[in-house]
Amino acid sequence: MEKVYELGIDVGSTTVKTVILDDGNIIYNKYERHYSKVRETVAQQLEIIGNLYKGQRFRMAITGSAGLGIANASGIPFVQEVYSAFVAVNKSYPDADVVVELGGEDAKIIFLTGGVEQRMNGSCAGGTGAFIDQMATLLGVTPTELDEMSLRAEKIYPIASRCGVFAKSDIQPLLNQGARKEDISASIFQAVVDQTVSGLAQGRKIAGKVLFLGGPLSFLKGLRKAFTTTLKLDDEHAVFPELAPCFMAYGSALQARDLSEEMTIDEALEKIKNAKTHDSIAVGKPLFETEEEYHEFIKRHSRSDLKYADIKEYEGDAYLGIDAGSTTTKLVLITDEGRLLYQYYGSNKGQPLDVIADKLREIYSIKNKNIIIKGSCVTGYGEDLIKAGLGVDYGLVETVAHYKAAAYFCPDVDFIIDIGGQDIKCFKIKNNAIDSIMLNEACSSGCGSFIQTFAQAMGYDISDFAKLGLFAKAPVDLGSRCTVFMNSSVKQAQKDGASVEDISAGLSSSIIKNAIYKVIRAKSVSELGKNIVVQGGTFLNDAVLRSFEQELGRNVIRPAISGLMGAFGCALFAKEKAKEQSDIISEKELEDFSYTSKNLSCGGCTAHCNLTVIRFNDGRRFVSGNRCEKGAGIKIDTTQENLFEYKYEKILEIENEKPVTKVKAKVGMPLALSFYELMPFFHRIFTDLGFEVVFSERSTRDTYYKGQQTIPSDTVCYPAKLCHGHIESLFEKGVDFIFYPCMSYNIDEGGSDNHYNCPVVAYYPELLRANVPELNDKNFVAPYIDINQKRHTAKALSRALSAYGVTEKELLPILDRAYSDMVRYRRGVESKAKEIIEMARSEGKEIIVLAGRPYHIDPEINHGIHKLIASLGLAVITEDSVSSLCSTPDLDILNQWTYHSRLFRAAQYVTTQPDMQLVQLVSFGCGIDAITTDEVRAILEEKGKLYTQLKIDEINNLGAAKIRIRSLIAAIEEKKEREKRKINV
Amino acid sequence: MSERVKKTIFTEEMKKDYTILVPDMLPIHFKLIINILRTYGYKMELLQNRGQRVVDEGLKNTHNDTCYPALLVIGQFMDALKSGKYDVNKTALLMSQTGGGCRASNYIHLIRKAISSQFPQVPVISLNFSGLEKNPAFRLTVPMMIKLVYAVMYGDLLMLLYNQCRPYEINKGDTDKMLDKWQNRLAKLFEKNKFTNTTAHYRAILDDFASIERSDVKKPKVGIVGEIYVKYSPLANNDLNEFLISEGCEPNVPGLMDFVLYCAINVVNDASLYDKKTKLTLGYSIGYDVLYKFQKKQIKIIKEHGVFTPPHDFEHLRKCADKYINQGVKMGEGWLITAEMAALAETGTENIICTQPFGCLPNHIVAKGMSRVIKQAYPEANIVAIDYDPGATKVNQENRIKLMLANARV
Repeated sequence: MEKVYELGIDVGSTTVKTVILDDGNIIYNKYERHYSKVRETVAQQLEIIGNLYKGQRFRMAITGSAGLGIANASGIPFVQEVYSAFVAVNKSYPDADVVVELGGEDAKIIFLTGGVEQRMNGSCAGGTGAFIDQMATLLGVTPTELDEMSLRAEKIYPIASRCGVFAKSDIQPLLNQGARKEDISASIFQAVVDQTVSGLAQGRKIAGKVLFLGGPLSFLKGLRKAFTTTLKLDDEHAVFPELAPCFMAYGSALQARDLSEEMTIDEALEKIKNAKTHDSIAVGKPLFETEEEYHEFIKRHSRSDLKYADIKEYEGDAYLGIDAGSTTTKLVLITDEGRLLYQYYGSNKGQPLDVIADKLREIYSIKNKNIIIKGSCVTGYGEDLIKAGLGVDYGLVETVAHYKAAAYFCPDVDFIIDIGGQDIKCFKIKNNAIDSIMLNEACSSGCGSFIQTFAQAMGYDISDFAKLGLFAKAPVDLGSRCTVFMNSSVKQAQKDGASVEDISAGLSSSIIKNAIYKVIRAKSVSELGKNIVVQGGTFLNDAVLRSFEQELGRNVIRPAISGLMGAFGCALFAKEKAKEQSDIISEKELEDFSYTSKNLSCGGCTAHCNLTVIRFNDGRRFVSGNRCEKGAGIKIDTTQENLFEYKYEKILEIENEKPVTKVKAKVGMPLALSFYELMPFFHRIFTDLGFEVVFSERSTRDTYYKGQQTIPSDTVCYPAKLCHGHIESLFEKGVDFIFYPCMSYNIDEGGSDNHYNCPVVAYYPELLRANVPELNDKNFVAPYIDINQKRHTAKALSRALSAYGVTEKELLPILDRAYSDMVRYRRGVESKAKEIIEMARSEGKEIIVLAGRPYHIDPEINHGIHKLIASLGLAVITEDSVSSLCSTPDLDILNQWTYHSRLFRAAQYVTTQPDMQLVQLVSFGCGIDAITTDEVRAILEEKGKLYTQLKIDEINNLGAAKIRIRSLIAAIEEKKEREKRKINV
Repeated sequence: MSERVKKTIFTEEMKKDYTILVPDMLPIHFKLIINILRTYGYKMELLQNRGQRVVDEGLKNTHNDTCYPALLVIGQFMDALKSGKYDVNKTALLMSQTGGGCRASNYIHLIRKAISSQFPQVPVISLNFSGLEKNPAFRLTVPMMIKLVYAVMYGDLLMLLYNQCRPYEINKGDTDKMLDKWQNRLAKLFEKNKFTNTTAHYRAILDDFASIERSDVKKPKVGIVGEIYVKYSPLANNDLNEFLISEGCEPNVPGLMDFVLYCAINVVNDASLYDKKTKLTLGYSIGYDVLYKFQKKQIKIIKEHGVFTPPHDFEHLRKCADKYINQGVKMGEGWLITAEMAALAETGTENIICTQPFGCLPNHIVAKGMSRVIKQAYPEANIVAIDYDPGATKVNQENRIKLMLANARV
């Protein structure tokens, strides 16, 4: 009988792997990147094999995330990739317990013992090979270099790996603050491990003999190290097979015998080449129908060019503007008349300080000696560092800088949209001031840099890649979700045979749709106004610009210096505030300019901020990473009170009161969710019943890590996730049982349609009981209670605590006291708020109602946003401190959640107070806030108030929050000035 | 209501010549229901528009973090109103409303917000049984309600039989023809008020479906549970039912009556959990008993007939829930999802797809939150949670389901 080989082909998201078996033994394997040319690469690989095994016959099977299309079209059998891995592992490592496999865009875990279970990453592509590639690009190194650096790390920073975009916003500030790249590299790997442990394992322990598969795990030593250390595996239990990258191809080869008919390579090639792709891809309109249309477009936009002047010839005053953005650095030098003397736009290479110092040296060396720099101004993420390091005169909020620049080109501009490397910013302009700001939320950011990363992944330079899209005949419709999701849309389009041109055009249009539908959320074009100015580096891309015009159906203005608008606005600002001579670092000082950076953990308070201390050669130092001014060595004004801290301390204080009688038992209460408001109530009940009440620890990042193994849903809000750690903390404290009631209903404060808790707050105890293995019916008391009804509450509690002989009768008087305690706590908050308001008014300060939910007082949840706001010279109070001061306004929604109905009343109250503003704090993943935020905005805006929203989750980077708050302050000031002018007229 | 959003009331006047648009949620049931309402003089139309435009309209007109069902319903309405197919001055929209603690109770408000700026003249009608909103010209009378209940029962039976025949039919199209036939017959029976003799009708339906020529290949059964809209709506779940059939599976989709019974019993449960008995409690309690008897009767007839597998008995579902979760978890589909998963696993449908909108709040607790304990009880259970949202691609979802199916054959 003629010999028949088995061939396994694994078509992954970034690579093609092939394995040939002869009688079950591997005789050939190969690993090749496909750069999205899936079909071509597969064909190539087959040709290579065909040459090696001329005329031989094979049975073959395809596997892998990008293999399905080819398999379906060619009729070669397809095997699900995780199943392939499963088969291969069973064959070669029958004693393995768990398999962890990281691929290009997938992450998978297979539990083999104790109930076979296979898991793939959800709709998020975080924690995968693509994520690591993206991070390497961000650091300006190759993945191999990243790996080498990680081995020299000294410390680990917390980085979110849920999705690349999140991680970026964690890493960028670290880079800007000068953190060591070695440490960041190791932190990136640690983030991948955390993602795998919490996101994939979801409560199941990764233990026993663990097999690690996939490309990244076989090539990256640092990643291996992070996994083995975190999972506490020794060499015997952590297995890294040599064949790891080709393991799934091996698995599919093993199955080929049963699935496939015999064929020669030529026959297989024939099948693949002739395979028809179905035309299921949605197709958009071409960007330009004709070449002429394109030229017309180019001509129109060249009208918004800036005039230039020669830096070598010009003599006189000049103004310097710097935009130290998140990924790029921009510099301009302009003349009195706004002519451009010098411009620079480039990557900050993770070292903005070095890049800017370099460019300044260049300016000094080429400029005419009679140019006097009279003012300088900086904006962007690196503002503070640059200002401190290089003696820049002014700092400006990004939003204001952009408006100034836009107004220069179009004095009656109505709407500005700026798409940068990582952010989309939109401002509506009314009465010559910024009226409302829309920023992209963490999940949809990364727009500009996404195209860039994508271009690189496909093997193109960004500008070439963008140009390809201009004349695409059938741009792919990729939807408008966050960029990480787009990855899989692109994958699908490729599978369906879309060309690189079509994908390039499709990506441009996606970014635009993201901006219009997600960030601006415009219902109609007319809403944006007549005069629209677009800017930001991403709009330098003609395809993106054209997509925008197409989507809006109207022409917009793109200044030729679109990417430099922030810097240009700064230069204009510097001109307005011109001095005799700018304080900026001189040519001579620049010669000796140098600095060192060091990382410290601040001991100022429990937040333990990661500080980066930069010491300049002249002895000055700059501290960043701190939320308050304490770490920067500035003495804090202790007289200033902040309602967030007041509430938090008041709740914590409660624990000190212990029962006077003999202690019946130790009851634990987690410092989480609704307990942040109901602690006075439940503590009183249990203390007076004779129980010692023990609170869980104060939340920190470690609290989260403690419980992350038992979190079953990775998209639930961070406050809920923290509960798991608090339960662990209570066990550590040795409590006899934990009390955590389920409550469909919250406190009825009246004036609303109902008084529910949100589903998560209401029933989280049910989830905890089902997922925390230590919990059982004895040590977890979770009765259903509606605390609005005294008799019922007494009955329910006596039933739940019957083991301790608690009776309904003894509870009734205790409940009276508990209700009073709850009211007293609330009154305390309200009168403290009054004090703070009066104090602020006497000092002429603006007052911010930082409106969220009771658990937002947890420092691990709010990340110190209240401190940040206070440090900007504002007084901070909370929503529950003013919500009883007015009645519910007319609403257009069903007002049925207690916490949320306070927001509406607080917003209504703010509209009656000229010196108050409301800032809404929203936890990522809070579905109910999708309804409340629009309503709160409507209440405020109807009465001419500004609306600001801050979205928070486990990421503790406050950069975006700071921009919003500062923009708010700028807008308030602008408004005040306008009113002053009105009065003067 | 504030002055920001205009609320147009559906009046008696409008009843005459307005077309009422209904979102595409349960194709089989809604067709029956629409036919019934037509006999009461309402011009109804089940929306069938799909595609990217529906999603885009949804994204444009709702908050992005709003759940997918709301986004699709609004997208479908907006797309329809803009399509030019309807006279927007003679069109109304119908949406169901439950009033539970989940976001879904707010859909109607979100719809109103979305349309008010562009189509302020279009009335939005709330279909609810709890008196949340009153529409003078759209009142459910007792005879109407009775018919709706029967429609749900017939719809559940048709859906059940369809799923048990379609994967096995030998002559392609037979099952669909049979479904059409009974949709039409039932419409006539309702029109002539001859729908109450359920025993005879159920048997006739069973006989008819049993007459479809079917192969006896063994196919894996795959249960579909989850958030009610994505569970049933082919628009939302990317034709999940069809996909499963094409993959050689038999879908097993629990019926709508379970959800109705769930809503009714929750009111009764609340009374005992929180000691608050109201007038409503008694009404719901009686209603529950009547409906439960209906369901039991249907199950009995299917059993007696002997060809098809009957659905789960609701009291049995409640017992299943009690093993893992308190019936106090009543927001969204609440404990019902946990119960359905457990009941499916228990009766040999070990492969379960739990459909949920991305970021669905109750599902954190009742679906993802309960998989661990269900798996502990049934180690063979093969549960996969699939998220649906405008960005999730079909290929990703199908890949995940395929992984589950690969497992199903282990």
